[in-house]
Amino acid sequence: MTKTQTAHQNLLALLLLLPSLIILGIFVFYPMIKTFYLSTQLTDLVGNPIKFIGLKNFANLIRSDSFITSFTITLIFVLFSTVLTLFISYIMAITASQKMKGIAIFRTMFSSTMGVSVTVASILWLFMFNPQIGLFSKILTILHLPQINWLSDPTWSLVAIIGTTVWMNLGFAFLVLLGAIQAIPQDLYQVADLDGASWWLRLRKITLPATRPTIFFVTVVTLINAFQTFGQVDILTSGGPDYHTNLLVYAIYQDAFVNHSVGRASAQSVILTLIIMLFTMIQFYVKNKREGRNAK
Amino acid sequence: MQNSRLQKNCRFVLLLIVAILLLLPLFLGISLSLSSSQSIAQGNLLPRHLEFGNYIKVFTNTPMASFLLHSLIVSGMVMVGQIALSIMAAYAFVFLNFRFKKTLFILFLSTMMLPFEAQIIPNFATIRDLNLLNTYASIGLPFLASAFGTFMMKTSFEQVPIELKHLSDIEGLNHWQFATRVVMPYTKVNIITFALYSFLTNWNMYLWPLIATTNDNVRTVQIGLRQLRSQDTASNWGLIMAATIVSVIPTLLIIFLGQKYFKNGLTNGVIK
Amino acid sequence: MSIELQHLKKTYENGEEVLTDINTTIADGQFYILVGASGSGKSTILNAIAGFIPIDEGTITINGKDVTRLPPKDRNLSMVFQNYALMPNLTVSENIIFGLTARHTAKALRQKKLQEVLDLVHLEGYKNKKPGNLSGGQRQRVSLARALVSDAKIILMDEPLSNLDAKLRAEMRKEIRLLQQQLGITVIYVTHDQTEVMTMGDQVMLLNKGKIEQIGSPLELYNVPTNTFVADFFGSPAINLIDVNIENDILKMKNGIAMPFNWEHINGTFKLGVRPENIVMTRSGKMSGTIVHIEPLGDGTNLEINLGLDATFRVKVNEQIHLVVGDAVNFDILLDKVLLFTQDGQLIKVGQSELVAVSGQLA
Repeated sequence: MTKTQTAHQNLLALLLLLPSLIILGIFVFYPMIKTFYLSTQLTDLVGNPIKFIGLKNFANLIRSDSFITSFTITLIFVLFSTVLTLFISYIMAITASQKMKGIAIFRTMFSSTMGVSVTVASILWLFMFNPQIGLFSKILTILHLPQINWLSDPTWSLVAIIGTTVWMNLGFAFLVLLGAIQAIPQDLYQVADLDGASWWLRLRKITLPATRPTIFFVTVVTLINAFQTFGQVDILTSGGPDYHTNLLVYAIYQDAFVNHSVGRASAQSVILTLIIMLFTMIQFYVKNKREGRNAK
Repeated sequence: MQNSRLQKNCRFVLLLIVAILLLLPLFLGISLSLSSSQSIAQGNLLPRHLEFGNYIKVFTNTPMASFLLHSLIVSGMVMVGQIALSIMAAYAFVFLNFRFKKTLFILFLSTMMLPFEAQIIPNFATIRDLNLLNTYASIGLPFLASAFGTFMMKTSFEQVPIELKHLSDIEGLNHWQFATRVVMPYTKVNIITFALYSFLTNWNMYLWPLIATTNDNVRTVQIGLRQLRSQDTASNWGLIMAATIVSVIPTLLIIFLGQKYFKNGLTNGVIK
Repeated sequence: MSIELQHLKKTYENGEEVLTDINTTIADGQFYILVGASGSGKSTILNAIAGFIPIDEGTITINGKDVTRLPPKDRNLSMVFQNYALMPNLTVSENIIFGLTARHTAKALRQKKLQEVLDLVHLEGYKNKKPGNLSGGQRQRVSLARALVSDAKIILMDEPLSNLDAKLRAEMRKEIRLLQQQLGITVIYVTHDQTEVMTMGDQVMLLNKGKIEQIGSPLELYNVPTNTFVADFFGSPAINLIDVNIENDILKMKNGIAMPFNWEHINGTFKLGVRPENIVMTRSGKMSGTIVHIEPLGDGTNLEINLGLDATFRVKVNEQIHLVVGDAVNFDILLDKVLLFTQDGQLIKVGQSELVAVSGQLA
């Protein structure tokens, strides 16, 4: 390539990348640096930094009961919503992976929650959990069980949020897992059939190992999304009762825009960023390791 | 044969049960939206007789129509922007040689691990300082560039056979011609997948539109629903459900129409 | 449209030499074949001629004009690819005039040329179909038509037949060769298939690890290979290369068989090249051994015979032989058709009657 061609390509590449770079610069890189900076500052009511206080915001967080509650709750929430999403969506994917008449309709139905927004999901489930006329209250009545105040009970409110979240997650997880299961070469199963392998053995020896990378992918994506949960809390419980559903992002939002405690909110944002970075890096690492192994 | 038929029937019943359980909330929502207030107040989950009044009220008594329009504009705008910017960036990464290519790509990739939720404070300040609060730009601007989209487009552009590039070089196609006549037609399916995915995500955006709008001027449908639920309409389940169902129709339509695209796109593009 | 390659050199960044000093002249209207195993550099030469990859040293001249630094579009050539390189979203017609459209050729002219090439490659009935609905052979015809329509008098072909099944390949070989001669086009053709080399080429360059082993007509390479690599490359089954000792006009093999050898009066150890077909099966034959493998072909038979040498001896006869593995056979080598190489593989001499045959052809 000649020099002018090289210069031409450099210029063209710059022009093509510039719009993205500007947007990412203003709305991703700058705010990230700013958030890290603000987390070390004492801030006034409008969020202006007053003075450098080092890691004091973080120290205060650790000593704050409400943060400890919200952080613990977040971890519990992430764990349960991820495990349940994976488990249920995998069963759905296996059931829907077989060929039969009308299966396409079921697949479409199973993936439909992928299109449901957090608002819609929350409002639908708000009704399900309604203590007077909701479905669950009706079921409890029929079974002669005591009524549960789903959204105002400290324990059940988290269960309600987990339930809503898992329901929302199922569509995406199902679709990705279904794709992975369908991509397994059929001859593997044919060999298993010749050997007379049972359904359970086929699942354990063929389906699960073959879909392990996808299971891992869905796990990490669900996990990361769970850490970023906001809307369900906002609509269903507003973080209550008494911070028992005050998930991390909701706490950030509250501290930043309601309590006007920007330093504290920024410190929590930094913690969130570090958690997400950790999981993304684990994912990259595992993916590279796997690809490295496959390349050999 | 008998056994396999039995198995098939069992599987069908299982599928049916899962489908019913999964779609129950949505079904109840539709059911309530078609019920009268009295019927709901009496604790009926199914309407005693079908009523479409709630749907009419959604458009006459609430600002849902304008919320829907706002969402359409913002989602469309961001979708077009994301497609354009992602295609541009991906083209550079795949078909051009330039300095700092690797570094810049890592820079793009790294944005995928920075949660937007952790950046809302400075972003709110930026939008406020640019005097953009309560404009379409305030909602859409931060999302115009998409690392995910760039990554997905890059992966699909890499599947364009090198021979087509060679052919185009021989025939003297310039970059614009090569991009529009070869690369984009060749990766059409992936572009459509990303477009659908983008629209879906934009339509369902929640946290940022909540922060970036303080009045009804450009408020999107998600925030509009939240508002309906917290206002005096709160106990009017029929109306709320009707509004909810109206808001979810476009995205469900996208899921139904684009299911094939999504499955292939998600499994080929993302996991690879 | 003649092409001249002078001192082409290319080295990868890791220091590996892909091309070392490639020189040749391709005459106007010639069917010129670049052949070699994968990694031999044949595709690299084609890509360099097309201008897809830069070369480190040397010049490429097309019709007297130095094009070494010109972009592909200014070299006035067209190309046919192994994987056809058709746009799946365009019809056959649209694919064929892809380049004309890009170059903004007038519509009427475009249609006229399209019609011409559609007739040439017999695709008239398929012009509105998408490539996805065509067979491999039809797709390659489209690709061929697209190359023909462009007015370029040089067409580069990169293993165009290797994705087709055997029967189609034979058909397309004939068709491409016919078109090339009919239209007087210069074709530079990359392949690893010796049948294509033999049946299509006017001139062949055999490459090995980035170096030219030999350039010549296909029969020249078969009959007068400059070294054992060339001799071994052409011919199926492959030539037998036997270590022999020649002393006082007596040729001795390692298994003790000796025979008079007098068409070259030299002494020492050599490699004797015997093509599998250059033998006579006879009960009184000097060479005797047992059959270790037998391949009936219908129109002939391939045999592998254990003579007590380092390797089994390959024999090809034109009749059906009703023998089985383990049977003993005797045969004679046609000594006047053998090739004699030095110990390190350079050709010394070709059997007498072969030389006559070659000169007869030249005359």
